This record gives sequence, C-alpha cells and structure tokens, in this order.
Amino acid sequence: MRSEARLGLALLLTPLLLWLSLLIFLPHVDIFLVSLRERIGVGKYQISFANYLTFFNEPLYLWTFFRTAVMSMLATVITLLIAFPVSYYIAKMVKGRVQSGLFLLCLVPFWVSELVRTFGWMILLRETGIFSKLLQAIGLSDGPVEMLYNDGAIMLGLVYTSMLFMVVPLVTTLESLPDEVIEAGYDLGGNGVSVLREIIIPHAMPGIVSGCIVVFMLSLGNYLTPTMLGGKESLWFTELIYSQFIVRFNWELGAAFGFMLLILSSAIVWGMLKLTGQSLEKTMG
Amino acid sequence: MKKQSIMLSTAAVALALLSGGAPASADTLRLLTWGGYAPDDVIAKFEAETGHTVEVTKSNNEEMIAKLRATGGGGFDLAQPSQDRIAGPQEEFGIYKPIDMSQIDTSLFIPSMLEATKGNTMVGADVYGVPHVWGTSGLVVDTKMAGMVKDYTDLCSDDVAGKVSYRLKRPTLIGFAFSMGLDPFAAYGDEAAYADIMSKVEAKLVECKPGVKTYWGGGDELMGLLRSGEVVASMAWDTGGWKLNADNPDITFVAPAAGALGWVDTFVLPAKGKSDAAAYAWINFVMQPEVAAMITAAAGNFTASLGADEFADADLKARYQASFPQEAIDNIKWYPPVPAGLEAIEGGVLDRVKAAN
Repeated sequence: MRSEARLGLALLLTPLLLWLSLLIFLPHVDIFLVSLRERIGVGKYQISFANYLTFFNEPLYLWTFFRTAVMSMLATVITLLIAFPVSYYIAKMVKGRVQSGLFLLCLVPFWVSELVRTFGWMILLRETGIFSKLLQAIGLSDGPVEMLYNDGAIMLGLVYTSMLFMVVPLVTTLESLPDEVIEAGYDLGGNGVSVLREIIIPHAMPGIVSGCIVVFMLSLGNYLTPTMLGGKESLWFTELIYSQFIVRFNWELGAAFGFMLLILSSAIVWGMLKLTGQSLEKTMG
Repeated sequence: MKKQSIMLSTAAVALALLSGGAPASADTLRLLTWGGYAPDDVIAKFEAETGHTVEVTKSNNEEMIAKLRATGGGGFDLAQPSQDRIAGPQEEFGIYKPIDMSQIDTSLFIPSMLEATKGNTMVGADVYGVPHVWGTSGLVVDTKMAGMVKDYTDLCSDDVAGKVSYRLKRPTLIGFAFSMGLDPFAAYGDEAAYADIMSKVEAKLVECKPGVKTYWGGGDELMGLLRSGEVVASMAWDTGGWKLNADNPDITFVAPAAGALGWVDTFVLPAKGKSDAAAYAWINFVMQPEVAAMITAAAGNFTASLGADEFADADLKARYQASFPQEAIDNIKWYPPVPAGLEAIEGGVLDRVKAAN
C-alpha cells in the first residue's frame, strides 16, 4: 500500500520534475558553461572568467544593469501605489456583479498580446499621435508634442503591462480580510490612516510582497516594452543580452550577462525582503 | 505490470512513428529567408511543378546565423544570408555545407555576380554561396523638407536636427566611415586599424546623437516615421525609399555621395540540411527570369537572374534609374566578407553610442 502510494506520488511528480530539470535547470547549467568560455581564436575557446570580468570592468554594462534595476523598482512602486486603491475598491467597497465586472475590466487588456498593447501606446503617444493632436486641438500646445521615445514612456508601458500581476494577488488577500476587523478598528478609536497602517496593510502584506516580486521580475526581464517605447538613450539590460547573442554572435558574453541578471535580480529580491523584514515563507502563507 | 508494458510499447510505437515521419517528408523544403523573397504565388507554382512542399521562415542575417549556430546547421534545408556573412561564420561555426555547382544551372545567373559571390563565399577550395537578390542601403530623404541631405554625415546637419533617424547597426558605422573619408573595407584585415576607424566613427555618432529622433529598429517602424513626416531623412534600404515614393513622390531613395552600400543575399545550404535535392530545385526554379521577376515585384529588389529585368515592373525600373545614375552605380561599395571577430569591435562602439548622453 505504502509503496503504491509512493509510486503514485512519483508518477504525479514526474511531469513537474521533467519540466523543471529539462527546461529550466539544464539550460541554466548549459548557459553557465557557455559563459565560462573565452574565444581566443577562430573556433578556439578556453575556460576563463573573462566574460564576467568584462561585465565588471566595462562601466557601460554595470551602468545599464543599475539603470534597469532602478527603473524596474520604480515601476514596481508606481504599480503598487496605483493598484492598491484599485484592489481595495474591488475587494472591499463593491460587491457582486459590479465587483466581478470591475475585475474583468482589469483583465480585458490582457486578452490581446503585449505587442499589440505596446503598439497601442505608440499610436497614442507619438508626435503625430492622438494625445499630441488632442493637446493641440484644445489649445494647450502650439506644436506637436513628442511623448514617445523617452524613459517616461517606458515607465508608462511597464506599469501598464504589470498592473494585472499586482491587482490579482492584492484582491485575493484583501478579500480574505473580514469587514468586522476593519469595523472593530474604527470602533476602537482608529481613523482612516491608522486602520490602513495597523490593519489593512499588515494583512495585505503577503499579496503586496508577491505582487512586487512578480512585477519587479517581469519589468527587469521585459524586452519588448523598453525596446519599442524607449528612445536613443534607453538601454535595457535584456536588450544587451539579445544583441550579444544575435547581433554580435558573442554567446559567451551574452550567457555571462544572462547569468549576472539571474544572480543580481535574485540578490535584489532577497535584499528587499530582508530590508522590509519579510520572508518568502510568510508570503507563501 | 501488464499495463506498464502496454504503455511502454505504445510509447515505442509513437516514437517510431515520430522518427519515421521525418524521412517520408524529406521533400519538404524548409527555407530560411527574408520577407518577400518567397512570395505565395512563387511557392504555389514551385509546388505544382516539382511536387515538393515549401515551409518558409522569415528572418534576417543575424538571426539566420544565430539559428543555424544553435542547431549546428540543422532545422533548415536552404538559407539566404548576405554574401559577406558566409565565410566568417563558416570558419568559426561550420554551419554550412559546400555547394555542388554541377547541380546548379549557372546559365540562369548574371555571370559577373555569380563569380563575385563565389569568390566572396569561398572557404578553402569550396564555394558556399550563390547570389540571389541584391540591393543597396543609402538614404531615404523627403526632398521637399531635407533636400540638402546628400551624404551620410549630412544627417548630422542642424537643418534637419530632430528629424533624422538611422539604425544602430553595422551599415551605419560603415556608411559614416566612408562619408568621413575613411575606408573601413580596406581595414577589414587589420583589427587595430579597423578599431581606430571605428573609434572615429563613434565620436562622430555621439556628436550627432542630439539631432537623432530615434534609432529605428525595424522596416515598418521606419516607414511609419517617414510616412507621418516625423522623420525627413534616414538611412534605409533602397526598396524602402521606392515603396514610400509610390505613395508620396517627395520621398525617395538617394544614393549617398560617399557611395551606397551594396549587399547580395545568397543561397547557402545549412550543414545538416536534409533535402538538398529540393534546395537545388528551388534555386534553379526561382532564378528563371519570369519567376525572378515575381520575386522582384514582391521584395522590391532586383535579382541576379539573367534577363529578369525585361519582366520587371516599369515603375520600379524608373525609380531605380532615378536613384542610380551610372556614376552612382559605379560608386556602390559592395560589402566584402566580414572576417570573424570584427563584430565584437563594432558591438562595443554601438553599445557606447547608444549609452552616450
């Protein structure tokens, strides 16, 4: 009986383990091995840390990573600030059909692909686009206004793309907060601010943390939005990886970049969790 | 126990079917090419005439090489990189196999182009490429708004500041170098000299950066920028300029004073291609003058097919002649084969230009 149960468990786990090992673990090992190769001649390679040294010695690459990380954090914070009131409204202020209707409205933009949504923003923001025309029509501006091809446009795109991934965990955690607890908070003499600080945010913390991690990782690893909406100076780290692999034929450096992205982003998430006194276990429930 | 063995045998049968399926579809031609080089009407005609089926994957030079490198030259039966990107990657990664010239009907080719491409794609004694479509890159200019743009470096002029665009890719580096009176092709063999030229180009591109609206990435993006009038002068392919010329007579392709950059896209056989017969059949089929003219109509560029000009669209010929007087044709700078390793120098320059403020 026991051995059968064990076999059942093993069979159930097999697809997951195969998935993890074949599609996630092995490719990473391979990327790591590639990143350790240094090209010393036509078709000749030797093992060295030269690619990692290039990453640390060339200020441009470090700066690009730093820029990408800071902008991703900023995007995460903005997403949280916008998504929190929205989620609270959906979870607590409305009920029934309105609630599911509003939730659905958050979902609808994600039924089209990211590419189409980004193109949508390009049509809205460009110099000959809708916003620019509108501003001129109502007399707020004399000439065409260019809103595309800058860091603001990237930020807008990132926040827009990530919104759903913050709203969903927040709505779920906020829904599990009983209304009586909030009422009790007011009964005990609390005001809006103190109830928010002492009751709602602590309860929503797992949702906030998991939402932030997802949004941060998605922004950091985003390729499409920064490339399409960004301007002349808007280097994004994933763009560097792409160009090393595809344009420069330099898989070795690209692989090293990929590995550094994995290590540094994990370190940032870990650091942030430590800094805010959270842990993954608590988030997972 | 019995159940397990049944499952195992089912799996074995399924595997056998899967692997057995491959040889049966050997006359499927998996073509890795550019947009427009394999139009639907040409494919239909080819399939009707030869019985082979064609699967098209659209790509560009860098992605073609990256894809073939990832599989060691497998997954495709015929690819179409530019002639300057064949010898280098072949030496470095061994992703192509030599072309058996006896399988190719050489009478269909313009002899001078065939010879030049054979020479440029030679590794050792083997030929790795035959020419297909050729064209140039230079400047696309709105002549009403930016008539003064005659050369690559004119894109830096104050008159057009904020309304120019170009790609951050190697053609831009090469074009600017020629325009600055340098000869990057002559320095191909000498990495130090090439790096020196590139550092001068880098300084120039950084100086020009404030006047650039954006660095374009794809052809469609550029079309949008020029059509809307947000950009009045840009580096681009000749076909892009001619396409826009059809909609707006003010915009056209201009061969730069320093010379348009000439490229030839070729046919190469990937090292692990499975149906060479279909690949040779395709090459000989599309090089027929009538079929080549159909490809010219779809791609907008002329081919190395002998006599296809007669079948080409008159409008396209007129645009070509307007952009290319005889001296501009003589001045075309054809890309020589890129030696392995130069991409790393260019890559550093492009990254630094992109990051410069």
